[in-house]
Amino acid sequence: MVEKLKKIEKIINSELASKVQHSVIDNEELKVEININDLIEVVQFLKSNDKCKFRQLIDIAGVDYPEENKRFQLVYLFLSHENNIRVKILIKFQTNETINSLTKIFPSSNWMEREVFDMYGIKFKNHPDLRRILTDYGFKGHPLRKDFPLTGFNEVRYSEKEKKVVYEPVKLEQNYRNFDFESPWEGTNYIREIKDLEKDGKKN
Amino acid sequence: MVKKTKSLNLNFGPQHPAAHGVLRLILELDGEVVEKADPHIGLLHRGTEKLIEQKTYTQALPYFDRLDYVAPMNQEHAFALAAEKLLNIEVPIRAKYIRVIFCEIGRILSHILNVTTQALDVGALTPSLWGFEERETLMTFYERASGSRLHANYFRTGGVHQDIPMKLVEDIEKFCRSFPKIIDDLEGLLTDNRIFKQRNVEIGIVSKQEALDHSFSGVMLRGSGIAWDLRRSQPYEIYKDLHFKIPIGKNGDCYDRYLCRIEEMRESVKIILQCIERLPKGPIKSIDGKISPPNRDDLKESMEALIHHFKLFTEGYRVPKGDVYTAVEAPKGEFGVYLISDGSNKPYRCKIRAPGFSHLQAMDYLIRGHMLADVPAVLGSLDIVFGEVDR
Repeated sequence: MVEKLKKIEKIINSELASKVQHSVIDNEELKVEININDLIEVVQFLKSNDKCKFRQLIDIAGVDYPEENKRFQLVYLFLSHENNIRVKILIKFQTNETINSLTKIFPSSNWMEREVFDMYGIKFKNHPDLRRILTDYGFKGHPLRKDFPLTGFNEVRYSEKEKKVVYEPVKLEQNYRNFDFESPWEGTNYIREIKDLEKDGKKN
Repeated sequence: MVKKTKSLNLNFGPQHPAAHGVLRLILELDGEVVEKADPHIGLLHRGTEKLIEQKTYTQALPYFDRLDYVAPMNQEHAFALAAEKLLNIEVPIRAKYIRVIFCEIGRILSHILNVTTQALDVGALTPSLWGFEERETLMTFYERASGSRLHANYFRTGGVHQDIPMKLVEDIEKFCRSFPKIIDDLEGLLTDNRIFKQRNVEIGIVSKQEALDHSFSGVMLRGSGIAWDLRRSQPYEIYKDLHFKIPIGKNGDCYDRYLCRIEEMRESVKIILQCIERLPKGPIKSIDGKISPPNRDDLKESMEALIHHFKLFTEGYRVPKGDVYTAVEAPKGEFGVYLISDGSNKPYRCKIRAPGFSHLQAMDYLIRGHMLADVPAVLGSLDIVFGEVDR
């Protein structure tokens, strides 16, 4: 499995040398970081190249790192049935940047990009129909951003008086309690030393 | 004189029995021919991915039951595998067998529901009555193992929650011996039924290339003749030691997909029987005390067990930094979890890849040019469950 990935990594690195920023095999998975402007070409290459044949786009996952300069990441997951391997393509970018849409290459990316737009507010260039998909009609905000509160802003209920469903600001008797259970204790030193020894022993 | 025609907009759902849940489909009709279909989804959106980011790994697992609520344990499986891959722990062999048994039960559960409700949509009532009786039996197996019929919450990182009693194994075996007869009965009602064939043959045809382009997986892919099953091609758990066939279709229409599902049920029965025959003895969850909670009995006597219990149910376990994508062959197709951990006790990001999402997306392409009456037939064969589409 890893052998195969290494081979593909080599091909990608040599054919797309100028476009690949960084590639790594971790947990038996290949991840390639590229520049956002090269996305279309890289995906085109992955799909059409005889040795790659990544002919299926599995999913697009957005990730939000509010502290970082390049706040958002998109991870494109591809699958090659012929070679029986997967690859992850990663791009990092800032809040206001727009990404090229893959709808021309993979029709299935249509809804996936809509979902990313809905959840993170990332805009796509040349997307035929960039609407919200999962959230309510007229929804405001992008729920999967880390600064969006878990409880949201609005709640709905049926109003007997107005005979319709009404939107109201969320009112909670008690705020959502997010306990920090993470222990500040790391354990005593000698236990850590024993653990390190065990680890080294396994490696040899 | 030129006659002017205007296309008719029809709102299908969100509350319609043939919509298989809360699907709002806006159809543009020219007479009875569908010109365009625009599915509106998200009416069952519960923000699962956001919620998971706030919970520990143990607390996140039950959310997966609520995705595809027709086959809950298959979903749990994907998440458990992802966490195990990051933690790099080994699952005991007995747990693997139990997992496979319940995943296949889930597959039968899902396929019975799909096949019979698809028949219901095209006008046959009897199959659903017969099929649901079997589903009830299967759900009691779920209940006897996990305590609940639907939202099982049975799988754990590193194994399963509890061991299954011998009597349950016997009863599952008894069911497997009698169930093929039920499949025969269902087939007797449907496979050669003229009305069923008229409604399904050559409806919603998907070519090989298009199945790939639209990110189809599972039966939707196999129905079009692509032999691809994650249980065979990227085997997880013990699937590589088991003997089973992968049925594939030829024409890629609704009828072929129905046939695939029927055959898959038969294969699932065979898989379960093989597992029962070989079911080894031993632990059912990882023996690593830092990940799986201790036995109830130990709590009374062992200080260490008590500490572990307290730590696991407050802080939970920490998962090493990294990101993994794991996929399982769920009844509806490739169900995947892309998990990013930042080294704390909660997932940093958990992207759920639901097969139904990409299948429903192709609705417009599948239904264009078909008659209005074909909409439920195509929708039925897509095997849509809104829990997983909307997440």
